[in-house]
Amino acid sequence: DYHERCVQCSEVNWGLTDGGRFYCRTCHNVTERTREVVNSALTLNTRIQTISKGLRKQEKNDEGLEWYVCEGFQFVLRKQAEALEALGVCPQMKDEILCNFWRRYLQKSQQAYCNRPAGESIKVLSGCESSTDMDSEPERPSLLHLLSLSESDGDPLTDCSLGSSTGKVSESTSVCSGSVDGSLHFMKNQKDKLRMSMPMTLSFCYMALLWLRESMTLSDLLRFVVEGHIPYLNVFQCFPEKMKLYGLDLKIFCVESWPVYEEVYNKMLHLAAFLELPRFPDITDSCFLHPDMLCMKYLMEANLPDELHNWTCRVVKKIHIGEVDFLTFVPGNKSTRKVKYDVLAAAVIVVVLKLLFLLDDNYEWLLSDFAEERNKNNKEDGPYFEFKKWYKVLKKSLDVEQKKMDEEKAKCLWRCEKPLFYSAKKKSKVLKRRQIVVNLQHQFGKLSGSWQPAEKPNPSSFQLNWSEDNTDGSCFHGHSLKGILQEKCGLLTVMNPDYWLCTVKLCAEKFCGHLAHYRDLDFPASYHFVLRLFSFLLRIQPSYIHEEVCAIEHKLFNKKLYKKPKYKPGQRK
Amino acid sequence: SHKHKLDFWKSKDMCLNYIQDAMLQKQWKRAAEFLTFYIESLEKDFSTEYMGPSEMIWRIGTEILCHCSHSNMKEFNSFIEQMKTLGVKRYLKVCLEHAFHLLCNGRTDEAYQSLSLAESWRFGEQTTAQDKELKLIQAYRGLLDYYNWSKQKQVLLEYDKNGFEDLSVEQEMHNSFRKAAVSLKEIIQIPGVWDFFVQCYVDMLEFYGDHEEARQVLSEYAYNSKFPANPNAHVYLYQFLKRHGEPKKSLISVLKILHDIVPCHELMIDFHAMLQKSKKRKKRRLGLEVIFAALDYAGWKENVKAWSCLAGQVKQITISEKHLEWLKQEWNSRKDWWPAFHFSRYLAKRNWQENESLAYEKALVAGILLGKDCKYFKYVSHQGCKDQKKKFRTLKKFMNKHSSVYLRISG
Repeated sequence: DYHERCVQCSEVNWGLTDGGRFYCRTCHNVTERTREVVNSALTLNTRIQTISKGLRKQEKNDEGLEWYVCEGFQFVLRKQAEALEALGVCPQMKDEILCNFWRRYLQKSQQAYCNRPAGESIKVLSGCESSTDMDSEPERPSLLHLLSLSESDGDPLTDCSLGSSTGKVSESTSVCSGSVDGSLHFMKNQKDKLRMSMPMTLSFCYMALLWLRESMTLSDLLRFVVEGHIPYLNVFQCFPEKMKLYGLDLKIFCVESWPVYEEVYNKMLHLAAFLELPRFPDITDSCFLHPDMLCMKYLMEANLPDELHNWTCRVVKKIHIGEVDFLTFVPGNKSTRKVKYDVLAAAVIVVVLKLLFLLDDNYEWLLSDFAEERNKNNKEDGPYFEFKKWYKVLKKSLDVEQKKMDEEKAKCLWRCEKPLFYSAKKKSKVLKRRQIVVNLQHQFGKLSGSWQPAEKPNPSSFQLNWSEDNTDGSCFHGHSLKGILQEKCGLLTVMNPDYWLCTVKLCAEKFCGHLAHYRDLDFPASYHFVLRLFSFLLRIQPSYIHEEVCAIEHKLFNKKLYKKPKYKPGQRK
Repeated sequence: SHKHKLDFWKSKDMCLNYIQDAMLQKQWKRAAEFLTFYIESLEKDFSTEYMGPSEMIWRIGTEILCHCSHSNMKEFNSFIEQMKTLGVKRYLKVCLEHAFHLLCNGRTDEAYQSLSLAESWRFGEQTTAQDKELKLIQAYRGLLDYYNWSKQKQVLLEYDKNGFEDLSVEQEMHNSFRKAAVSLKEIIQIPGVWDFFVQCYVDMLEFYGDHEEARQVLSEYAYNSKFPANPNAHVYLYQFLKRHGEPKKSLISVLKILHDIVPCHELMIDFHAMLQKSKKRKKRRLGLEVIFAALDYAGWKENVKAWSCLAGQVKQITISEKHLEWLKQEWNSRKDWWPAFHFSRYLAKRNWQENESLAYEKALVAGILLGKDCKYFKYVSHQGCKDQKKKFRTLKKFMNKHSSVYLRISG
């Protein structure tokens, strides 16, 4: 407690203002001294404040409140969860699952909700301008006291709340960033503590979606992000006005690249292990994420006959990838290969296409001609599926959509109204630049006839839609595979006796990170096309699908590969 | 570089591609549309690259505004003003190009103001770094001063005609001269191609009667080896000397150099005429060389005057029977290709159809050099005699008389 004599009246009669400063009760002189909280029990209640209420102590220099990086991320997560809810995800996700994951993360990374404050041994960083006040207040500690609550007993607030530290913060940290610990965020070299980042917010979301077994794959989620339905780019715009963002904060919260599937996925795996989560809820065959379900969806989207679904189910069954234990996510279990549900389903379809059509740039066209012939005499049944027709329709659509997507990418606007600057000195320059940008945009916008950023497409689960009502025959869902199958012993089987493997041997994932490598030149054009199609639908690189295809093939032809074969499957010429 | 790791830059690069495509196809609206999306890269313009976003936007924006029908000068000017603020290192360049644009749109006064303003710009080290642009700005400002001088001169001449006098205009005119002279003189001292500047400067000097300075300037411009070889420099000098009645000797020495640089220059005809009139054998020999050299060029193939010069000299040599070896020397390097180049049967037909005088002159030359049995001469003289044109009959007779000359030439 403070026992100095008051400068004005020489009394020792101190009280605390709302802002946490000492004031003299006698003459009402307010000092710059602030009170540090020592008693954690006291802080248990006083410190829990919701950020949205904005009750903050220590407004510094009228420039805004103190805020911590993890608070920023909390905002982001909340916004994302709200957006997901608007897309149809159940409210549980926001109120319970995501919330709890986040709290657990804060706990594990010792940023909050734990006994030992994380910042104990972290000193004020060098390299920033030091405040001249440093020497005048020797009692001010150089430590950052972050939260020190005991484990929360599940107070289910709808807002995840963070206590605030009333520990005095050295002013020099705040020069480099609007947030209190922005610079620390990068200094922490603690891989095991899993530093938070913008892509990782999506990992959190996906993890929550997976826990709830929602009908949204990771590729769907990332697509919604790019389309702007889920806050990601410039999400800091929704931070409260007083939470000033500058300097190193920009590196943390300012996004300049779209999230990459692999990165988000791998971070999720690390995160789940880090949080020591238990086995996730079972993925059964009634779940959206089950390959049977996803295959059905992708078959529809790829405008392929419904009948192919029988085949995908057969493949799924044969290689046991439909089983609960295979599909269900068990964090931390390093021995099992983790399942990417969307990629898996797409790969299954590719394998089925290879089984039926071979896709060696020759056979599929012969087969198509054959089906065409049969179609001529085909009066009673529905039309037989002809690969050629399908290819033409799909190629055209794919080219159109790809072109649209490319143009939209080029028209992507990364900046927003909220100015971003690295330091207060640069602020005026940045604002001037921004003004010029806005002026120029208006000037050329008028010239081009219309100035508006690309319209956000309505969120939809399907990117390509095919309707059976189209009389031009461009929908192949109802087409029959009979045209390319033959009867054998009362069963319909493929006419194609051959198969070519994408790779004879799988790579060791541990060493090169991949199971297989996709080199453009080595494969038939039809195979490239099919990969390109699913690559577009899932918004991922074709190599990911290719890898999965290799894995599936190796499971499927396991016996043939590993016995001494008379019949040797391999690359077809 | 880090640039390429970010999708931000990838999408901006793609955007640039679309802009470029649109511009190449003259789809200005579409280019403008994509430019609006590119513009925000200004906020990340920390580039040390050769061409960063601000320069791109300046150049692309200028093109689009020039071509877009809805835009006007006011918009263009405001655009340029913003561009000027974007990059100190480019400031003078932008000013200069802006001035050009204003001039192209006939706004000489605005251009003058802009150049004057730019001329007085100082920015520490940048001033020396952008020295070239500064000099150009001064030069063009000087040029505009000349333009003003010229206008004022016209006004005075008009007044003069009508018997008026106007001291203020005269004063202005002299001021403009002084300003222009200083700048122009300075710029033409820098090795380079300053044709127009030189001409303007000389024009003023001549008006004020400073012929000595004018001659000095033109000689420097033509003969200083530091300057790039420039045929025009010699032409200007020649014209100047001719204007001032210089002796033929000087004129010839100037044109000799022109002949060396540009054998196909149009002044070669004048040169030939001058040389032919000379009493000195060497000069006349040179004349032959000059006219043959000119006709080596495709652009001269149908030049009647040139052919008549050559024909004239060839005829003269034939008649006098002196200096046939000149013809031999000139013909030696040409006998393999001139026949196909000038004297084919096809050309004979065409020349006859299109231009009788041309055919006549050529036929004469062909007859002497290739003999009267050559395709060209045969066809043309036959046609000419058929049409009962007197001169062709004369020609035929002439050729019969000198039918063996070609042997002595080609042998």
